[in-house]
Amino acid sequence: MKFTFFHLMPYRPLDMAERHKHRAAWVVLPNSLYDPKKGADEYAAYIDQLVYAEELGFDVIAVNEHHQTAYGLMPAPNLIASALIQRTRKAKIAVVGRALPLVSNPVYIAEEFAMLDNLSRGRLITGFVRGIGNEYHASGVNPFFSHERYQEAHDLIVAAWTRPGPFAFEGTHYNLRYVNLWPRPYQQPHPPIWIPSMGSSETIKWAAAPERKYPFLVTFSGRDLVARYLNMYREQARQFGYEASGDQLGWASPVYVADTDERAREEARDGIETLFNDFLAVPWEMLLPPGYMSLSSMKNTIKMRKALGSRTRHSMEQLIESGTVVVGSPRTVRDQLSRLRDATGANNLVTMLQFGVLPDDLTKRNMEMFASEVMPHLR
Amino acid sequence: MAEQEHKHTVRDVSVRLQRDGKGEPLLFLHGAGGWPAWGPFFDALARRCQLLVPEHPGFGLSDNPDWIRNVADVAMYYLDFLDALEGPPVHLVGHSLGGWIAAEIAARNTSRIRSLTLIAPAGLRVKGLLSGDNFIWSPEEYARNLFYDQAFAERELAHVPSEQEADIALTNRYMATKLGWEPRWFNPALERWLHRVRVPTLVLWGRDDKLFPSAYAKAWAERIPDSRVDVIPECGHRPHVEKADVAAGKILDFIGGKK
Repeated sequence: MKFTFFHLMPYRPLDMAERHKHRAAWVVLPNSLYDPKKGADEYAAYIDQLVYAEELGFDVIAVNEHHQTAYGLMPAPNLIASALIQRTRKAKIAVVGRALPLVSNPVYIAEEFAMLDNLSRGRLITGFVRGIGNEYHASGVNPFFSHERYQEAHDLIVAAWTRPGPFAFEGTHYNLRYVNLWPRPYQQPHPPIWIPSMGSSETIKWAAAPERKYPFLVTFSGRDLVARYLNMYREQARQFGYEASGDQLGWASPVYVADTDERAREEARDGIETLFNDFLAVPWEMLLPPGYMSLSSMKNTIKMRKALGSRTRHSMEQLIESGTVVVGSPRTVRDQLSRLRDATGANNLVTMLQFGVLPDDLTKRNMEMFASEVMPHLR
Repeated sequence: MAEQEHKHTVRDVSVRLQRDGKGEPLLFLHGAGGWPAWGPFFDALARRCQLLVPEHPGFGLSDNPDWIRNVADVAMYYLDFLDALEGPPVHLVGHSLGGWIAAEIAARNTSRIRSLTLIAPAGLRVKGLLSGDNFIWSPEEYARNLFYDQAFAERELAHVPSEQEADIALTNRYMATKLGWEPRWFNPALERWLHRVRVPTLVLWGRDDKLFPSAYAKAWAERIPDSRVDVIPECGHRPHVEKADVAAGKILDFIGGKK
């Protein structure tokens, strides 16, 4: 297996009582709750953690993009990636991902990724996403056209990386007379593109298509859904006439390891429960603005949600039970991760070893234990 | 009740249409909430006019052609609709999104329009007077913010929709997003075009509208040459529901005065 150390960079000093006076930790949460001195400390600590992950033997260190939220302090993840390139030597640097539909000119994304690829001499992994529904409230971009813009931006970026420039791009949302990247990407034909997704059959089919074969990562899902979506990708690949490799498959999960199951649960609880209940939880209207998913997918989702009943706080126990998070002794964690690996053949594990309000000392110990007690057994 | 409800086809688009009454034709264009239930407002209008209430393309059970991508496309559809309609020019009445569509139609061509009534229309932006964010509101906030008299909101919230009603509401929400999300509920060019509206115009607003503030009425009146404003007190965003008789009376008086 290959191991990625992924960071969301949450704003841990958030006043949770204040946060719950607002509908979410996103978009409408007053930024007077952000203290720049504390925030600067957060950035420094988080960058140290990402750099330390290389030393511990992680293959990839990864960041991503979110806007106007205490959930993640990286509206511009390429800035962090650029800092990481200067402080690391061999780890791949993944930006998983940039939210393509949110920008007015996707060539800027192609350019910045090409720069990072040159700066790192080919250590860049890119990720293409549409952004969580909240980003459409934050950016003002019409979610109805999210899919269209994503497809078109993808085509434009890949063309910008691979076609000799200058050329003209004639699209529906993007129309450019001159596309001519300086610099071109370092890796040929272009940096790897990963597709992180909550999982939808349309996305899986698109990512698995023979002309793309993009590695697919299931995020924030229970073990049953992870297995279902990864096997769906496998099946899709077979229908396209090829066998998906393990490198095309992965999943992302918060993980916490300590000496014993009891100790791990005790230490991880606040971090896990704040991640899901305070930072991530948003009302339906923000998470799934109309058009973010197709009308038919939305109807199914509404039916599923009705069956599940009304929203409640997630307890860590429920999240462990469903396999959305992996918390326990080295043996417990090894068993759970290897079982899912064996069930799916996935070769990429994206770990979140800092989550929610989990403090620096516990994060460091978690990283070290994962690297020494779990990683070698799964390699 | 409406006398007839049937499919009405113009170009390649078939929409649902309710008609009732006899007299001068009156075309009512509904808001983003969708094809309205037939109520006292329509009964009052149908006593004096031949009332036509289509369901916009993309809404409810009407056709949803791909080529409709913005409000201007809907307006162009209704110009074809008006051309295909037999008889004299219509009194055009639009509410909210329908008011915006009506204004876009009238700015382009008034040859098939006798008068224009805009009820709490979308379409213009007045800097410093932000519209309500209906897309972030919860269902409860949505119901409550649309009415001054909360009894109307309570009734809406108490209603348990059938599966078909829920599907239609979702379809309408998708179409409202397509047409109104960005720029939020307005066309920046429209304010430069409204001097072209060369028919008598009534701008009707609920004073306590929490979606589009009633202060917007002035901006419309300043741009449409032959226009007047009427603001209904103790009334939210749906005067034709919340103050059905008052709203219908004002429209009929206005239309009558144009004879």
